[in-house]
Amino acid sequence: MRLWRFNGGLPSLAEHKNESVHLPIEIAPVPAQLIYPLRQHIGNAATPLVEVGDKVLRGQKIADAQGLISAPIHAGSSGTVTSLADHLIPHPSGFSAPSITIETDGLDNEASHTPCADFRQLSVSELVSIIREAGIVGLGGAAFPTAIKLDNQSKSRHIDTLILNGAECEPYISCDDRLLKERADRVLDGIEVLLHMLGAKRAILAIEDNVPDTFASIQAAVNKNGNANITGVQIPTIYPTGGEKQLIKTLTGKEVPSGGIPADIGIVSINVGTVYAVQQAVIEGKPLTSRIVTVTGEGVKTPRNLEVRIGTPINTLVDMCDGYTPFADRLIMGGPMMGFALLNDEIPMVKATNCILVASKHEAITEKQAMPCIRCGLCASACPATLLPQQLYWFSKSDQLEKAEKLNLFDCIECGCCDVVCPSHIPLVQHFRYAKSALKVQNHEKHLSDVARERFEAREVRIARNKAERAERSRKKKAALKSKPAKEEIEAAITRSKERKQRSTEGEN
Amino acid sequence: MSIFALILLFAGLGILLGYAAIRFKVEGDPIVDQIDAVLPQTQCGQCNFPGCRPYAQAIANGEADINQCPPGGEAGIAALADLLGVEAKPLNEENGVEEATLVAVIDEEVCIGCKLCIQACPVDAILGAPKHMHTVIESECTGCDLCLPPCPVECITMEPIAKTLGLWQWDKPDVPQQRKAS
Amino acid sequence: MHFLTSNAPFIAPQNSIQKMMLWVLLALFPGIITMIWQFGFGVLFNIVICVSTAVLAEALMLYLRGRPILPFVSDLSAVVTGLLLALALPTLAPWWIPFIGAIIAIVIAKHLYGGLGYNPFNPAMIAFAVLMVSFPKSMTVWTLPYSLLPSGAHLSDTFSFVFGSPPAKEVIDAMTAATPLDEMKTQLGLSQTVSEIRSASIFGSLSGTGWQWVSIAYLVGGLLLLFKKVISWHIPVGVLAGLFVMSLAFYLFEPGVSPSPTFHLLSGGAMLGAFFIATDPVTAATTLKGRFIYGVLIGALTYIIRTWGGYPEGIAFAVILINMAVPLIDHYTQPRVYGHK
Repeated sequence: MRLWRFNGGLPSLAEHKNESVHLPIEIAPVPAQLIYPLRQHIGNAATPLVEVGDKVLRGQKIADAQGLISAPIHAGSSGTVTSLADHLIPHPSGFSAPSITIETDGLDNEASHTPCADFRQLSVSELVSIIREAGIVGLGGAAFPTAIKLDNQSKSRHIDTLILNGAECEPYISCDDRLLKERADRVLDGIEVLLHMLGAKRAILAIEDNVPDTFASIQAAVNKNGNANITGVQIPTIYPTGGEKQLIKTLTGKEVPSGGIPADIGIVSINVGTVYAVQQAVIEGKPLTSRIVTVTGEGVKTPRNLEVRIGTPINTLVDMCDGYTPFADRLIMGGPMMGFALLNDEIPMVKATNCILVASKHEAITEKQAMPCIRCGLCASACPATLLPQQLYWFSKSDQLEKAEKLNLFDCIECGCCDVVCPSHIPLVQHFRYAKSALKVQNHEKHLSDVARERFEAREVRIARNKAERAERSRKKKAALKSKPAKEEIEAAITRSKERKQRSTEGEN
Repeated sequence: MSIFALILLFAGLGILLGYAAIRFKVEGDPIVDQIDAVLPQTQCGQCNFPGCRPYAQAIANGEADINQCPPGGEAGIAALADLLGVEAKPLNEENGVEEATLVAVIDEEVCIGCKLCIQACPVDAILGAPKHMHTVIESECTGCDLCLPPCPVECITMEPIAKTLGLWQWDKPDVPQQRKAS
Repeated sequence: MHFLTSNAPFIAPQNSIQKMMLWVLLALFPGIITMIWQFGFGVLFNIVICVSTAVLAEALMLYLRGRPILPFVSDLSAVVTGLLLALALPTLAPWWIPFIGAIIAIVIAKHLYGGLGYNPFNPAMIAFAVLMVSFPKSMTVWTLPYSLLPSGAHLSDTFSFVFGSPPAKEVIDAMTAATPLDEMKTQLGLSQTVSEIRSASIFGSLSGTGWQWVSIAYLVGGLLLLFKKVISWHIPVGVLAGLFVMSLAFYLFEPGVSPSPTFHLLSGGAMLGAFFIATDPVTAATTLKGRFIYGVLIGALTYIIRTWGGYPEGIAFAVILINMAVPLIDHYTQPRVYGHK
């Protein structure tokens, strides 16, 4: 199969997969507590369906999707709801957000679920609703509700290629690799479901060429499956080839239009972990309550992959890996290139959590001593979006945000390549994250001030109109007065008043 | 002869300029619009003008200085200075001090429904009927404080805007190797 | 348990300014050795004076500007600037030539424009140009290559030449000569043909005696930089291509009055300029396409100045002039961003 090359990237990034990849996936025991932030996905937060004190079962829906772009949440084990309050969430802001906390009872009683003997008997809209009800979101990290990607009926579009993203390009992370090594057959079943739903001509399962043994297990599963439309492909190991846009370019040579989605060019791209969740939901009838997480770094005693209930606090995860080593220095959710550091380990892991990296001092640098930009252009050569980071940096640091936006700031995928190659050690990506978020706030404020201006002007117009109307009325009255002799008018008024008085006295009598 | 040529030249240039004046005529008074666009539209009147637009008009006419808008703050003054090509200057303290934007909240238990605040609000952000409690539309409130003084029962307070994840901003990294504080 | 936070990426940077500058210094070594071998110890004096003055001036300016001194001096950019200037200067310049040059480069051309990363013009070339215009006589005193020296290069002669009392006129005349480019220009002006001119002893089989080996040594160093990816191929290839195409065109058109492309490529500062001077990232274009254009323009302009200008060598002026065009080049050579038409 012909492959293409995206611009730049880091071909020689240290992979650090060996730490965690050798041990098989271990199914983690039930933790004492499960914490579910209501927003674990892109879109609206879910609405709780339970009250404090309610008993819940494993697989029971505890929060429902609110609006189209949202996803329900299911309990990971049986127990009692102990709180519906704000809890620290895994987010770089360090904010708290509404969450459901469940004290587990250790029984792990399961709500009834019905496996599906033949998914081909179901209509596409039924399958979409199963996937939506199962709370499945993109497990590669974006956490976009999967059902929307697969809902092909409501839109006039044609999907010809389904891409299964098994290219785990971030260093340290090996959860998708372990999944494909151990459960490739079930992933293949999931691909069948997706092909059936999308009506796509072909499915390409892509992994990096640094894991040949995984490729062998995929090939075995593909051969066993026998569907000629499904191909396994090895692609060069170049960070960030697992980025959706970069993977699409690598496999098809096409580029997702700026601001668009892959479906615009007839492609749907889905992470292999998500495919596994789809298989579990459609064929086994189980909602998304657990996922595979890599717990790694020099800060944990036994780095490995765990199949964990979503909502498990991170400290419990680390305990399952025999606890911290003395080198534990930084707690990172996600990989070292695009993850974010957490303040403490009481934060739960969520649907999008693919890795917990407990980094030692030398694995995760602290503040870099930045020097001035020397315009060497290495950042531009490394940028997989073919941007000019040094120019974006120039405008971001001087807060000329509109200019940065014109230079396509929002096409930056924040992969961190420019940061790593920069000889001046400038935190470029942080500048871009700042500029993007500041632009969003700025646009919001602009919107508010536009609304205020509009309302102020409308009010001015209304006041002026009222005044004019009042003036018009009094002018008319005056004119009326003038047209009749004043005396007559006064006399008429006196007569009227007399009459009224008379009437009223009559009435009283 | 040369005089004649000069007259011809000047006449030609005059026609050209006259044509340009008509052809490229700018509608409205763009400078007022530009100034107005920079102002925060709080409509608070702290600048001593009855709203942002009148203040913009006054700046354009040279009747007001650029440092009279506390909600716009230093950043707003810098933007005005940039727009008008003048030196930035510190905020005039007589007009007030720069503070974080707040929103008005009516204590609905205490409100007597007198409508005075509704009349005071420059952006019609307060809803209510006579003798019924009023409420502030939070998303429309500019935090101008103008509804506070008329309230006879002092049931309106200014409160900070709740932080949301959607409007959370990443830290800006330090710009490298600036002059060290001496 | 609580943890410190910081922002991604957490992976340590793979590169540093210091590392890049070290590679540049290393890559200059073959050229330096060859120059000392061919032109004697004057080169060494130039290097010592230029580099030490440049570093001291850098430290002084950082101090005056209230910037941290150690991280900036240790980035070695001042050393590279000083060294490049030293290698461009004539080998028998009096001591104050490299001294003033280094000060002009660091104080005026670098720090008065904002220091590292902010100077629009190549500091070493600005210094060279100022010296060339201000002290034309001292700037043309080159030693003869050692194979043509009557008695070999004497350290003591060079020393006395550089520091104070110049030796007797006969000694000077015996030790010095015009550069091949200078000689070519002068003789062409006297209606000699290229082949007649090149029969003189200061011309070698490729370009000038001695000079050709120096140029080849710089080429070797430049290839090392390319191989180590410290520089991209766009600028050096652009410069050499610009110079080659121009010289080839005129060589084919009028061989009698136009020296061959080989002569142009291996004379004067062509190789040093192409690989080490024009590639200064601060003052070069930043887009890849722009860099190639930038290089071609420098190469072509160098030929124009060498052939029709007032000076025999044009690299310095070409670099400075094209530095001015960099914002324009960058503006018109922006790459197509992923997902854009």
